[in-house]
Amino acid sequence: MVNVSKKTTGFNDIVKKIGFPTIFIGGFWILLLIAGGALGISINTLLSDTIKRAGMNGILVLAMVPSIQSGTGPNFALPVGIVCGLFATVWAIEFGFTGWAWLFVSIAFSIPLSVVVGYLYGRLLNAVKGSEMTIATYTGFSIVAAMCLAWLMIPFKSRNMGWFIGKGLRETIQLDVIGGDKILSEFLSFTIGGEKGIIIPTGMLLIFFLCCFIVWMYFRSKSGIAISAGGINPKFAKSSGIDIDKGRIKANILSTIMGAIGIIVYSQGYGYTQLYTAPLMMAFPAVAAVLIGGASAQRAKVSHVIIGVIIYQGLFTTALPVANQLFEGTDLSEILRMVIQNGIILYALTQVKGGDN
Amino acid sequence: MSDNLLSLKHVSKEYSGNKVLKDINIELKKGEIHALIGENGAGKSTLMNILFGMSVIHTTGGFEGTIEIEGKEADIKSPHDAMNYGIGMVHQEFMLVPGFTIMENIKLNREITKPNLVSPVFGKRLETLDIKKMNMDTRQALDTLDMSIEEYVQVAGLPVGHMQFIEIAREIDKTGLKILVFDEPTAVLAESEAANLLNAMKKLAQKGIGILFISHRLDEIIDVADVVTVLRDGEHVVTKNVEDTNKYEIAQLMVGRSITIDREEGTNKNIVDETILDIKDLHVAMPGERVKGVNLNVKKGEIVGIGGLAGQGKLGIANGIMGIFPAKGEVKFKGKKSALNDPKSAIKSGLAFVSEDRKGVGLLLDESIESNIAFSAMQINNEFLRNSGMIKLKDSKKIRDHANKMIKDLDIRCTSSMQRVGSLSGGNQQKVCVARALTLSPELLLVSEPTRGIDIGAKKLVLDLLKQLNNEGMTIIMTSSELAELRSICDRILIICEGKVEGVLPPDAPDAEFGLMMSGSRHIEGREVNG
Repeated sequence: MVNVSKKTTGFNDIVKKIGFPTIFIGGFWILLLIAGGALGISINTLLSDTIKRAGMNGILVLAMVPSIQSGTGPNFALPVGIVCGLFATVWAIEFGFTGWAWLFVSIAFSIPLSVVVGYLYGRLLNAVKGSEMTIATYTGFSIVAAMCLAWLMIPFKSRNMGWFIGKGLRETIQLDVIGGDKILSEFLSFTIGGEKGIIIPTGMLLIFFLCCFIVWMYFRSKSGIAISAGGINPKFAKSSGIDIDKGRIKANILSTIMGAIGIIVYSQGYGYTQLYTAPLMMAFPAVAAVLIGGASAQRAKVSHVIIGVIIYQGLFTTALPVANQLFEGTDLSEILRMVIQNGIILYALTQVKGGDN
Repeated sequence: MSDNLLSLKHVSKEYSGNKVLKDINIELKKGEIHALIGENGAGKSTLMNILFGMSVIHTTGGFEGTIEIEGKEADIKSPHDAMNYGIGMVHQEFMLVPGFTIMENIKLNREITKPNLVSPVFGKRLETLDIKKMNMDTRQALDTLDMSIEEYVQVAGLPVGHMQFIEIAREIDKTGLKILVFDEPTAVLAESEAANLLNAMKKLAQKGIGILFISHRLDEIIDVADVVTVLRDGEHVVTKNVEDTNKYEIAQLMVGRSITIDREEGTNKNIVDETILDIKDLHVAMPGERVKGVNLNVKKGEIVGIGGLAGQGKLGIANGIMGIFPAKGEVKFKGKKSALNDPKSAIKSGLAFVSEDRKGVGLLLDESIESNIAFSAMQINNEFLRNSGMIKLKDSKKIRDHANKMIKDLDIRCTSSMQRVGSLSGGNQQKVCVARALTLSPELLLVSEPTRGIDIGAKKLVLDLLKQLNNEGMTIIMTSSELAELRSICDRILIICEGKVEGVLPPDAPDAEFGLMMSGSRHIEGREVNG
């Protein structure tokens, strides 16, 4: 009897530590994997896809950490960073860069651009303290709409990007033409377990982990610690002589940069650069992923990003083929994705004022 | 017997093992003004919470003893019950809707209605308001108070004195009002308004209403009350007819401790005749603790105490010096004028602050002991950092070594320096706050309410720690609501009243002196003499 009761408290402690959503959704993913195996779907393919999608989305999810830590909440304005990345990508193509040169120029150009834009966005957030998340969402939507005009109006010359007739950029730009398709994903990539084994996109994972390391390091620096303190307890930070507003701006600059680099890495993994309204909804899966990883709207760690992006992307890459096998001809997996994605965001937002006691 | 409107018999209350009220007996007669007086934490609010059946009482295990109203035992489970028994309260903070008229405020949720076409179907909630009748009622209530103001005026923009009267009018308007409680009603009023209010109270008493009057202004009590009850540390000290006593006696009873103050003189104390901090005309806009022009001169090596009742501004002084709340005036530290409203430069110049709001301002509750201790020194003095190329990273080893040293020096009881601060006991949390301040190696330490919310044993440890620091040469300014504490370690004590220094007393001054100063009676006397 005693043993039993001990075991249950142990289990509760684990649930508490990892977090209920993480366990629930992680468990659901494993269940789907088993179901997929039973239905004759290759587990290796499912896992390969999971790793690929996790690598593509990883840096976008990572962009949530600085903004959450600084107290401005999940960066619902991720499209702001994404648009910076897209803008840099498009210009790199316009100037005729291809292959690795295209990748480096895109990233190198996107960073200063994101710094400026992130600074302005940070200033905006400081002006609207208390309703950051709502403002962020609409800032994201607005900038995507504004950039729709830009994609049409800027007189780009490159034949790789324009419509075949008329002016403006295409909605989808193929990257294979400029040698950018999967350039990182295929760098040093290898397969575990023979011909049909699990594919590891080494280059893409390396850059994801590098970004993770940078963010992790940053939050162990003087400046990063000040930002975290300002996020957890503004009164404490203020009494220690910290400029909270400056910290929030820095964090959102970092978040915007991650959004920009994130979309470039995403595009190369996907093989296409998507413009116009494509970035509109991209913040939500990233927010959902970090929350599933165990973050809250006030606290996030790099480990939450890694766990979250694997579980979240794993769930959907697995759910699609499994659901299609089970219910032929339906779009059930997309519905499921929406329910889980928005459900987890809603859940996390209801927890905001709970705090810890 | 039957002339006792209200009797509280043997009322006791404890919050999780901590007795806050011990065997209180109060009797209120018809038409009597009964004053309740006591320092902060004496148990006045708890007593009122019991009388009004507030949920805090019932969710924490109820109370002992009985309440009788007109000789019959009353069972008050909620504020609504209290209202039904005819008990009303005039709040210290006004509970009025600014956009409504006076009449609407007075009649809120007690509207008089008449049936209309739809109400038979949809119920009483949709009946038409009987504005005329309500206006008449309101007029009557206002007339009782000699208020000539029209009942259809909006509340927003009225002077505070009027708002107070509207609150009272609302209580009078309730049918069957027998007992009215005034909770420090004059605290926010100007002198003439206060005088009007006291007159109104007398008038209400003549109409047969029993009045419980909570105040710390002795003069008012002497002026209007018939009977006065003194509470101290949850104990019923005495109930006296006001005729048989005077304000000196009341002041003494209010402050005097049954516990003796053990004050040992510091053996190697050396106060140098050198001013370390010079404050001139300091004003601080701290909500609820406004400072309105304080002058203070602190000598190197002394412990200066700042005392006074809550809301009088004593807490604002340290917060103002440290730049946490907007301040103006002149502060000279070590002969140099220090910038106000800038916490960073205050800390840099050698000041450190242990805040009264331990959990809010003082600590990062979710972080470890070591990060809490190192935080300010890292951010302000660039300690505990190592340069690795471009960015300054925290030096975990140095932080841990220092934290372990502090844990040993200050005797912080914890499992390790990695323990979450939020899981420590109050006394140990306070020591972490002190450790954080000491890590800044300050020359002057400001400590506010160092023993708030911690148990008696830990209190002594914290006070001993401060004394020890002082013996080692640290200058300390300690702000506290607990006079006994100030008297046990300070070299001199400033009493703050209404945002100004009421006076300075040596720690061994008689109780009555402290009591009078805290309630501002001296001040008023002085004014009378001058005028």
